[in-house]
Amino acid sequence: MVKSALSRTTIYILLSLGAVLMLLPFVWMISTSLKAPNEVMAMPPVWVPSEWKFENFTEALKVAPFDRYFINSVIVTIVSTIGELITTILAAYAFSRIQFFGRDIAFAVLLGTMMVPSEVLLIPNFVTLSNLGWIDTYSALIVPWTASVFAIFLLRQYFLGIPKELSFAAKVDGCSEFKFLWYVMAPLAKPALITVELLKVINSWNAFLWPIIVTNSQELRTLPVGLSAFTTEAGIKYELLMAASSMVIFPMLILFFIMQKYIVAGVARTGLKG
Amino acid sequence: MDVYLDNLTMEFQDIKAVDRLSTTIKDGQLVSLLGPSGCGKSTTLMLLAGLYKPTSGDIYFGEQNVTKLDAEKREIGMVFQNYALYPHLSVLKNIMFPLRMQKVPKKEAKERAIEMAELVQIGHLIDRKPGQLSGGQQQRVAIARALVKKPKLLLLDEPLSNLDARLRLEMREEIRRIQQEVGITAIFVTHDQEEALSISDRVMLMKNGILQQDSPPQDMYRNPINSFTASFLGNPPINFIKVTKTDQQGKYKIMNSSQLIHLAKDIDMGQIQLGLRPENIYITNKEDALMTGEVVHLETIGRDTLIRVKIDDVTIRALIDPATDIHVGERCHIGIKQEHIRYFNIENGANLERGNSHDGQANMEKHA
Ligand SMILES: Nc1ncnc2c1ncn2[C@@H]1O[C@H](COP(=O)(O)OP(=O)(O)OP(=O)(O)O)[C@@H](O)[C@H]1O
Ligand SMILES: [Mg+2]
Repeated sequence: MVKSALSRTTIYILLSLGAVLMLLPFVWMISTSLKAPNEVMAMPPVWVPSEWKFENFTEALKVAPFDRYFINSVIVTIVSTIGELITTILAAYAFSRIQFFGRDIAFAVLLGTMMVPSEVLLIPNFVTLSNLGWIDTYSALIVPWTASVFAIFLLRQYFLGIPKELSFAAKVDGCSEFKFLWYVMAPLAKPALITVELLKVINSWNAFLWPIIVTNSQELRTLPVGLSAFTTEAGIKYELLMAASSMVIFPMLILFFIMQKYIVAGVARTGLKG
Repeated sequence: MDVYLDNLTMEFQDIKAVDRLSTTIKDGQLVSLLGPSGCGKSTTLMLLAGLYKPTSGDIYFGEQNVTKLDAEKREIGMVFQNYALYPHLSVLKNIMFPLRMQKVPKKEAKERAIEMAELVQIGHLIDRKPGQLSGGQQQRVAIARALVKKPKLLLLDEPLSNLDARLRLEMREEIRRIQQEVGITAIFVTHDQEEALSISDRVMLMKNGILQQDSPPQDMYRNPINSFTASFLGNPPINFIKVTKTDQQGKYKIMNSSQLIHLAKDIDMGQIQLGLRPENIYITNKEDALMTGEVVHLETIGRDTLIRVKIDDVTIRALIDPATDIHVGERCHIGIKQEHIRYFNIENGANLERGNSHDGQANMEKHA
């Protein structure tokens, strides 16, 4: 398809505008994180700090036990991602390859749950967890997130696309059901799995509402929750908050740059999620 | 290892894909399973592989009844129609896969896989992924993977159907060569009669799940058990002419025509169907002629000339000597040696010279 130079120029201008709009908050965050307190709220806005206060970063780390929060975030993210990986592969395999009674109905019900907005589930989930006595534990932070209907759905579709003959071939070659899943299906679904799990890592790392609801104690806070430490009775220390926020986002930025290809594919596949 | 099938039947919801199939496949033979689409060839193979379990009947590998044995434990190799290679594994890893599943140590598995790759002449491709191979190369990988674990039985489901004409020719000879070199019992599914006739020791022809004939290829071609077998084999196909007995000795009237033809054989039946192979028919003079008709079509295919001759309402095809001086629109006399004429029952299609014996059954040996 040949596009006229004019329309191409228009597209680039619009995309550039979009990119600038998306980047502005980031730039503002970084710039604020390097400002002195008096410049934070100055009018007209100061974009480039007159003096670069790198000490904001060390200062910010002293406000709360961020090392602890960081470890919590890492634990929650890793364990819930691995958990989701396992449940997703097993469930997707069962729903795509194994004939059992009520399979299609069960799957339809599962899909139905995707239509319920997650905010609606906050309270029932909280009640369930408190009945289990899990409130304010790692389990509360992790277990509810070790299964994702969306991921199961995506992987099941992927599995359905793998020809049946491949499983016949594997059987003839001496594979049990489980070996087939492990040695053939899962490796074949690697691109889909990476995409799904990357989005999972990002969501898990950024999760704010759920951790704040199910945990009270300091020791269980994750990084996004920990950022609230900068809100004091005397007001918000924006320069420190921004310094801390920059640090929280940093690992995800690196991940994004390394895995960009998969993330873009994932977003494209899932519509406007992520 | 001999393979016995005893009244093997496979029913899907409403259809019998395989119907009381009984036969013996001798050790070291290459047997073709031939038949039109949907006749139950793949189903038979799946049953042999253990990927389907039969509705009734038994399968024996040698003395062992394997009917209930799972595919993993049958020690067979199988080549699928679309090859079914593992796309994420290299050629070498594909061939090693069955060995690794048997827990053969990595080093030994690799050696055996390379040896097998050499046998099918893809030794130089072992680091590629299946996606980077041509159809013919993928097929060789599939064969190597099927053979590497030294199976007792090799099953091939239309392995050549995705290849172009020349490659098919090459590959079928290749399959024959490898089969003989390894000395393995093999069952080869195809719907291409020429393929079946050219490479196999024996051909099993199926229709609607029922085994029609089970004999060596030439025998099946020359002495078809019924008109279905006769019409399935041969290209251009055999001509059928319906004739009615007359009062005169040895004279039969062609149906829908006034012509009489002479038949040396006396069949005690009012109406019969004659089968005439196109390559046995020739142009001749009035005295020797069996029938007379008008040439309505003439074409030269390679070294043969194919004509269509209209005898009143019946049109027959003949392959004739290309040197013959004949043109469309001319009348001609056509002849055939009497021993080349086949006689079929009009109602049930049975070859009247063969009686009703079923080769499949005849072939079925008693075993304990
Ligand atoms: N899993 C199945 N469920 C229901 N019917 C089936 C199934 N597999 C095959 N059949 C039916 O059984 C019959 C035989 O099928 P089969 O695949 O054995 O034919 P085939 O001889 O291999 O044909 P082709 O040359 O087209 O591959 C067909 O009528 C087919 O529709
Ligand atoms: Mg088939």
